[in-house]
Amino acid sequence: MAIQTGAETSAEPARGQRGAAIQVSNLIKKYGDIEAVRGIGFEVAAGETFGFLGPNGAGKSTTISILCTLVKPTSGQAAVAGHDVVRERDTVRRNIGLVFQDTTLDTYLTAEQNLRFHADLYGVPKAAVAPRMRQVLEMVGLWDRRESLVRTYSGGMQRRLEIARGLLHAPHVLFLDEPTVGLDPQTRSSIWQYINELKQREDITIFLTTHYMDEAEHCDRIAIIDQGQIVAIDTPEALKASVGKDRVQISTSDDQAAITALADRFGLEAGIHDGLVTFSVASGEQFVPRLFAELGVAIRSVSVARPSLDDVFMSYTGRTIRDTEASAGDANRAMVQRFRAGRR
Amino acid sequence: MAAPTTTEPAAPAETDLSSLIRVAVPERGLRQDLRAAGIVWRREWIRFRTDRLRAVTSLIQPILFLFVLGSGLGSLAGRGLPPGISFRTFIYPGVVAMGVLFTAIFSAGSIVWDREFGFLREMLVAPVNRGAIVLGKCLGGATVATFQGIIVLALAGLAGVPYNPVLILTLIGELLLLSFTLTAFGVMMAARIKQFQAFMALTQMLVMPLFFLSGALYPLSGLPAWLTVLTRIDPLTYIVDPMRRAVFNHLNISPAALHKLAPGVSWGGWTVPLGLSLGIVALMGLIMVTVAIMEFNKTE
Repeated sequence: MAIQTGAETSAEPARGQRGAAIQVSNLIKKYGDIEAVRGIGFEVAAGETFGFLGPNGAGKSTTISILCTLVKPTSGQAAVAGHDVVRERDTVRRNIGLVFQDTTLDTYLTAEQNLRFHADLYGVPKAAVAPRMRQVLEMVGLWDRRESLVRTYSGGMQRRLEIARGLLHAPHVLFLDEPTVGLDPQTRSSIWQYINELKQREDITIFLTTHYMDEAEHCDRIAIIDQGQIVAIDTPEALKASVGKDRVQISTSDDQAAITALADRFGLEAGIHDGLVTFSVASGEQFVPRLFAELGVAIRSVSVARPSLDDVFMSYTGRTIRDTEASAGDANRAMVQRFRAGRR
Repeated sequence: MAAPTTTEPAAPAETDLSSLIRVAVPERGLRQDLRAAGIVWRREWIRFRTDRLRAVTSLIQPILFLFVLGSGLGSLAGRGLPPGISFRTFIYPGVVAMGVLFTAIFSAGSIVWDREFGFLREMLVAPVNRGAIVLGKCLGGATVATFQGIIVLALAGLAGVPYNPVLILTLIGELLLLSFTLTAFGVMMAARIKQFQAFMALTQMLVMPLFFLSGALYPLSGLPAWLTVLTRIDPLTYIVDPMRRAVFNHLNISPAALHKLAPGVSWGGWTVPLGLSLGIVALMGLIMVTVAIMEFNKTE
């Protein structure tokens, strides 16, 4: 019971075709003298969930704005769904869904009216509007509330409605700019549940930006961006593996003896943190059996922690994301002020 | 079309519709643009319909002018009027025009509001002609303002104006023209002004003089020279005058009195014909819509 309506467009790449959904090469964006994006390049495969991770002011928003055709790059190329973001702006816009950081809903309309507005604006074939609307609303769990005014919605519900709206015209690529910023942790995790479900149900590429480390874990691949440049790009696992070592904490019957034994037998430097003997070792899980066999001190408990993306960011930039936030905020403000002053 | 059926509403996840509903967003074209303009227009109407307070408050001003100012000043100004014509009747066409003034401007002002609250972005990033959005907005503003004007028209009897179908249709047509031009003016301003307060302050500053100079409250003949010039420059004059002529043509008064009260706009003794008068307003509207479209094409 496929609903095939509306003008078929040969210009669109075939759905399900496994090619690059996003191609970026040597992209540069300058605001006055300031280079917000400094020659980045990457590819996102169709169907992938790709995350841009970095502190505020790192160039994430500028990049996403260029890809969404809202900002023109100073130089370099970017193509989304096979179309150039500058030369084929309208074609790109038809093929993408956008969820912005700030709400762009009409809160004085109902959810249904907001979606209808979007459907007409994007020219969703009339016969497909009602079933598609129901589908996206059910996906984000708002079908029952479709006739409520959006201003009666909570922040999390509004964000879910925006995601539903971004999907209404069945875009090839969905852009989520900080999809969970400003939401409480519980709502954040429920938004992620919807996004993960969406990945299973829709044939779609997702490009998102975030400065939350834990959220980046949901992505198939991550680019770590700092000061307008990509410093690392890989799967979360590979990035964490590149940091190398896991953190192992043990509690023993004799901590001092254990530390000495670790140094003598394994050549590991251990210390006591949080009242536990703590050390770093590559492939911690594989090391644990050897530890039990060879340490010679009774072990009461073991915990092995993988490196987090925090450790990854730290190892690539030498700073934690929070350190960067503080200074980037200042730099950003200074940049904007200078930019404004320059235009006067 | 085979409608997708959700057999068990309790478990929507089981009904996998996702791969079944294919949506091919069509190429941009005239039909697409018309549909986009249509929904922008409809949103204006929905917003107006749900905002009863706004409809009521925009009625207060015309009612004050018509009944309080009209009755109060009537004892003085009424002396210059022929018998059987009250001052209320005289200012009625001007007050009807006033009824649409603020609604039209406010409708256009919602663009500034939309910009502040983000919704404008939803419209501007859509793959449609910006012109369609601007046009939809202007037509939407014209519709709601005219509707507001029709409510004032309904008070005709209280102002001693007969409920003549031809008169009412003429006035509605003229109100549509006026509302469209006013909304276009507002949209043109909204393209540049980013803050709602600034927009309201600036438009009020412009609209009140336009209203007072339009001859809505006094006849256009026998004025001091400076005021004569200013009234002829004011574009509102060219719509208020046809409305007054329409009303007075349906009153039972002598040709001499008609000539005195609704002499028509004259340029150095030459009376501007009705068609030209309306044409001036229509042309202003078109110019302002064009400027507004150009402005919105420039942004982002």
